[in-house]
Amino acid sequence: MKRKNPSIGLWALISSLALYGAAFAETPTVDFAKEILPILSDACFQCHGPDANARKANLRLDQEDAAKNARHGTAAIVAGNSQLSELMRRLTTEDPDEIMPPPETKRRLQPEQIERLKNWIDQGAQWSQHWSFTPLKTPTRPKGSLNPIDGFVDRALTRQGLSVNPRATKETLIRRASLDLTGLPPSTRETEAFVNDPSPNAWETVIDRLLASPRYGERMAWPWLDAARYADSNGYQGDRDRTMWPWRDWVVNAFNQNLPWDQFTQWQLAGDLLPNPSTEQILATGFNRNHMINGEGGRIPEENRVDYVMDMLETTGTVWLGLTFNCCRCHDHKFDPLTQEDYYSFSAFFNQTPVTGSGGDPQTPPVLPVPTREQEKQIDASNRKLTSLRKELQIQKQTVLKQSAALELEILNRLTKSNWQALMMDEMSALHQTLTQQDDASIKASGSVPDNDVYSLIGSSPPGKVTGILLEALHYPTLAKGGLSRTEGGNFVLTEIEISLQNKEDGTSRKIAIDSAEATFEQAGLSVDQAFDHDPQSGWGVWPGKPVTDQQAAIFRFDQPVEVGKKDQWLIELHHNHSAKRHTLGCFRLSISTVEEPPLPNIDLSLLTILKTPAMERSKSQQEQLTGYLLKQDKQYSSLMRKITTEQKRLDSVRRTVPKVMVMADKPDRRKTYLLNRGLYNQPGQEVKAALPVSLATPPEDQSLDRLDLAQWLTEPSNPLMARVTVNRFWQMLFGKGLVRSPEDFGVQGERPTHPELLDWLSHEFIQSGWNVKALLKKIMISETYQRSSHAASDQLELDPANKWLARSPRYRLPSWMIRDQALAVAGLLEPALGGPPSNGYQPPGVWEDSTFGNKKYVQDKGPHLYRRSLYTFWRRIIAPTLFFDTGSRQFCTVESERTNTPLHALTTFNDITYAEAARVLAHKVIVQAAPKQAPKTLLRIAHRRVLNRLPNDHELAVWESALVRSKTHFDKHLEEANAFLSIGETRLDSLHDTALEAALGTVCLTLFNTDEALNRE
Amino acid sequence: MTPVIDPFSKDPRTEALLNINRRQFFGKTAFGIGTAALGSLLNTEANSSISSQPVHSQGLPQMAAKAKRVIYLFQNGGPTHCDLYDYKPLLQKKHGTPIPESYFQGKRFSTMTGNPSGKVMLAPVEPFKQRGQSGAWVSEFMPHVASVADDLCFIKSMHTEQVNHAPAISFFLSGAEIPGRPTLGAWLTYGLGAEGENLPGFVVMTSVSKGTSCGQIFYDFYWGSGFLPSRYQGVRFRGSGDPVLYLKNPAGISPSLRRHMLDDLAQINSLKQHQIGDPEITTRIAQYEMAHRMQTSVPELTDFSQEPKHVLALYGPQVHEQGTFAYNCLMARRLIERGTRYVQLMHAGWDQHNSLTTELYTQCRDTDQPSAGLIKDLKQRGLLEDTLVIWGGEFGRTPFIQGDLGNRPRWGRDHHPYAFTVWMAGGGIKPGVQHGNSDDLGMNAVEKPVHVHDLQATWLHQLGIDHERLTYKFQGRYFRLTDVHGHVVKPILA
Repeated sequence: MKRKNPSIGLWALISSLALYGAAFAETPTVDFAKEILPILSDACFQCHGPDANARKANLRLDQEDAAKNARHGTAAIVAGNSQLSELMRRLTTEDPDEIMPPPETKRRLQPEQIERLKNWIDQGAQWSQHWSFTPLKTPTRPKGSLNPIDGFVDRALTRQGLSVNPRATKETLIRRASLDLTGLPPSTRETEAFVNDPSPNAWETVIDRLLASPRYGERMAWPWLDAARYADSNGYQGDRDRTMWPWRDWVVNAFNQNLPWDQFTQWQLAGDLLPNPSTEQILATGFNRNHMINGEGGRIPEENRVDYVMDMLETTGTVWLGLTFNCCRCHDHKFDPLTQEDYYSFSAFFNQTPVTGSGGDPQTPPVLPVPTREQEKQIDASNRKLTSLRKELQIQKQTVLKQSAALELEILNRLTKSNWQALMMDEMSALHQTLTQQDDASIKASGSVPDNDVYSLIGSSPPGKVTGILLEALHYPTLAKGGLSRTEGGNFVLTEIEISLQNKEDGTSRKIAIDSAEATFEQAGLSVDQAFDHDPQSGWGVWPGKPVTDQQAAIFRFDQPVEVGKKDQWLIELHHNHSAKRHTLGCFRLSISTVEEPPLPNIDLSLLTILKTPAMERSKSQQEQLTGYLLKQDKQYSSLMRKITTEQKRLDSVRRTVPKVMVMADKPDRRKTYLLNRGLYNQPGQEVKAALPVSLATPPEDQSLDRLDLAQWLTEPSNPLMARVTVNRFWQMLFGKGLVRSPEDFGVQGERPTHPELLDWLSHEFIQSGWNVKALLKKIMISETYQRSSHAASDQLELDPANKWLARSPRYRLPSWMIRDQALAVAGLLEPALGGPPSNGYQPPGVWEDSTFGNKKYVQDKGPHLYRRSLYTFWRRIIAPTLFFDTGSRQFCTVESERTNTPLHALTTFNDITYAEAARVLAHKVIVQAAPKQAPKTLLRIAHRRVLNRLPNDHELAVWESALVRSKTHFDKHLEEANAFLSIGETRLDSLHDTALEAALGTVCLTLFNTDEALNRE
Repeated sequence: MTPVIDPFSKDPRTEALLNINRRQFFGKTAFGIGTAALGSLLNTEANSSISSQPVHSQGLPQMAAKAKRVIYLFQNGGPTHCDLYDYKPLLQKKHGTPIPESYFQGKRFSTMTGNPSGKVMLAPVEPFKQRGQSGAWVSEFMPHVASVADDLCFIKSMHTEQVNHAPAISFFLSGAEIPGRPTLGAWLTYGLGAEGENLPGFVVMTSVSKGTSCGQIFYDFYWGSGFLPSRYQGVRFRGSGDPVLYLKNPAGISPSLRRHMLDDLAQINSLKQHQIGDPEITTRIAQYEMAHRMQTSVPELTDFSQEPKHVLALYGPQVHEQGTFAYNCLMARRLIERGTRYVQLMHAGWDQHNSLTTELYTQCRDTDQPSAGLIKDLKQRGLLEDTLVIWGGEFGRTPFIQGDLGNRPRWGRDHHPYAFTVWMAGGGIKPGVQHGNSDDLGMNAVEKPVHVHDLQATWLHQLGIDHERLTYKFQGRYFRLTDVHGHVVKPILA
């Protein structure tokens, strides 16, 4: 029952006034969304919330109508009358059977919570929507402040009775901004420039410079990689290495280019579905392929696939909506108005993936090949070269063809002069086949195909001196695929050729010895010599590494010319006894020669026929064969062909090593999506259609939605969540904590914003700016709030220990990756190269091997790779790089990294090679810079300034000086220790005069790296 | 300007601060005192949302604790209950005959088995005997465990929900098959903290038998802290080299020099605290001191030279070899003596798909004596009373064969979640008990079935924790080890 109540407007006014602290009534007005909903959600929704299956007594308290509806004469909530409200009675009764929440839930409401509920009901039980689901409204800019951010913050501070800190020193400010925006400390020069810049724009100049630095993109990428669960291997068993790093480089670049956030979103979620997507837009979709891949044997593919889809939608939900979808896998959300149906409808957007879930291929299609810049250069160069070679080839072809008539004549002359005489046979037999001779003297084998065979041929020739025999292996139309034998591959092996002459009359015969042989082609290991080596197993073969297509020939020369008489007959035996089965000649011709040293005809005799045919009458294939021959004979043409082959091979080998990035695509045929009971892949329930959560968006009628619709809906300014969630994360990046301190949960159970109007104003501005991230960051950073000192006065600590209200700038430990980058940067070791394949830096031996039974061997890189930014460290998913701590696990989406202090962290930064090496290199450089001075104070001032970006005060200097002097005294006595320390790491430096001093200063630098100030952003 | 205080003057404020640092934080704070004790100190920076958590761990233990610490001898791969502890005469008798359909109808197996229809039953590879006073059945594979049978409680009606290794192990250790939830050790150190000061409260050590063909990997989520602060995650001691990474000073930095560096650091940090007032700096100083103490306490921990010969002999010949299960068992005892709350040993290689007659022997040889030795050693020291020892894997193995019956050297069994055996000892668990039973073929838990969540509830109960009340709010929901299930297995409690 809803009544039109003229006082609603007034109520709203009063409550908003109360909220802004301008008016306080006797009983403060209770705000439903802020004060009541969390209680109901925490204590009641488990059984009386959105989850229909868990609902008890058919009562729900998450909807106004249902909660106020009278049933059996009572209503849970009677607006304006707590005494009549069943809810209050149940909360306060003594009866253990009636009291709520039931005793077995072990939840009890605090008296002040009950009091608040009572007041709220008595004040009219005004309902309102959960704050983050309400549309963005532009809050009025607070009056009287130059920067609205400060206006909103100061308003809350006044309410809390906190006085604000002054601006931090310029040294602190530039270090803060540099670390926040680039993850690197400022150089001494940059600091000096800022300190000495009196202009009112000095601060803005610094921010602009930092935002324009390529280091900005690298810094921004880290939290995004944590959110996107990016890693360089699959995770799970096998943990095979993947090549998703081009996607990582895309992220860096997108931040550097300041790609508007709506496009940043759309490209990553649905770049492939944009009209005519660019390579970059497809590459961006790698975002949702960064999930783990389970290649464990015996795993059911569909179960994997469903896991992957769930990971995609839950990551998307957390990153862009700040909602915890995962509870809805198995049941309706206990607290947020998200249903199990919402979950699976949302999953339908991602369920169209062609991935099947089987296997552990770290480049499971769909993939996008993304060459590195170097590879791209190589590919371009190869392609250019190929194009020009092909052009030359065409020209040369024309040149050859123009001379074809003359060439043909020349060939014909050569051929006809050739004195090879084909032998016509009188008798032919084979052990297993039938041999028949054709008109052109070629002999063809037919009948069943035996594994081995021996051909015996008897023929006559005119009397004279014969110097050798020619065996041509020929094509024949019925042979397999244009080969020379009856095998699939077309190869033959002639294991032995035996030649003799026999007298027709007396039957005597003499063996003819073969002196040498020459073949047009020899297969590796089966040379033509083996056809007359009397070894029945070895022989001559012509397999070129692929099915045989060319005709081949061999000539067998006699040791001396053989006199053939009138009565003589040739007896020639061709043996095929090779272990390769069916390698018998399919079609061949035998000829004799009478010239001395007969040459191998470098010409196919079948050409003769073609040449003799008038050009007009040649068939197309004959003409092609002839042209092919002419071209092959041309030296220039052949050399071009060889160059092309070589270049093509080079291109292919580059292409094979091009990284392939897994990207999104949809199956052409849509996969049906079902609600899965208890989240189990094999328990499908009702079918669902792709849809947005009903409590967030009105579904369009009869329309099938895809990922692009989802991405576009997310980026619509009317979506209340995306801008808030995003702005909150950027705030978190600059202040350590978000305005909403549960960045992963903007739902009913999440934290409420400390500064709701500020969050909304920033969100609104963000959208208005065209989702301009750099502009947003700058807007925040030029506020006084950002620039305050982080000094914590004791009254501030007492009033606001968690620094929710920002009277002081937050001071917190840097992320571990930034601590490493800082050490490398101040030591001047940092390698500036952007992007590319990941690097393996220093890591204690055996870490990968220990975890993988030695299957994964850690090979540490050398040279500049050791000093690349942490972002580029190879991330093995099952055993993360050991020198980082408190990072996202990269196994699933993380939007807030932890900051804990364990002794293991101290051991890392105090003992790891990275830090010790950076310390001794820094010491070396400081000494070189200060030379010829080497007074401890001089050296310490320089070192201190490089690490902490400020000069030490006298007290600090006194501590450091005594440390340096003491260490030097120690090392003077123990030079071997000094040398050991100065040899840490792979950087080699010129030796300096005073080893002990260098080592002593190195240990001081190592201590400096570990000071609380160095470890903190302040 | 904040006044700078000279640490060398006798300014009483400086004195006080340095004193607090030295005595209170250097001396008293512990590596892993539970949230309740140290929380407010360590958490100011770490996670302010912790302080806004309802203090679940306040007042832990919630009831009288029978166990103060846990040693989990986790056997990765799924040890074959059919060949080790679950004696079934019928399986012997029906060797080589097909498994009746009624035993597996509607059940899901790994894709290696698919549908078990037609698969034949395989008798246990080694004979069984009844052992000790209690008459527990233990096969010849485990002679040493057999010798301590009267100290053990065998749960023979275990069942789980997962049929693949990683999800099933995750389910056992964190209550959820998907990685990302806090594991048992994280819950315990979060709730109870550590007893000692110089060593982590939750330590993991892994091993695998030499020459085993197994490929199961030890994922770090097996000892992860999930959404609990990462300081509660297990510290994995490595099987070679320094057990803790970065334990050694950099080359050339002697212990005395390091001590000086730490003193310099503390002075500088104290100055900073005066200047900027951040209470977190005190924690920083303590953190570095704890790290320093670990640098000496860990080498002391791994030095077995003071262990008497007869004690070393209990663990078998491999006890001196770092990275073996035997070595790890002795380390486990030394760790709990020094205040570690929870030690998780993981021994891989129990995945006998085709090696029941080969690698299973190695597997048992390497784990049988050390497991029994640990029980004996704890008992003789009076530590078994309040130390809970758990032995078991993520599931059992099929009573029917995987492979060819005619090819004995390649006999194997596939993954089997519907019945398997786990044993426990000490920590207030009844000794000499066989609880529950599987059916006459060892296929399904039929008598007093114990689900993984029940077992988890029982562990927590023994540590004085109501499993429904050790919760942590994350993403809007109160999470606990047992999800929304679990019943304490009361009959096995002493």
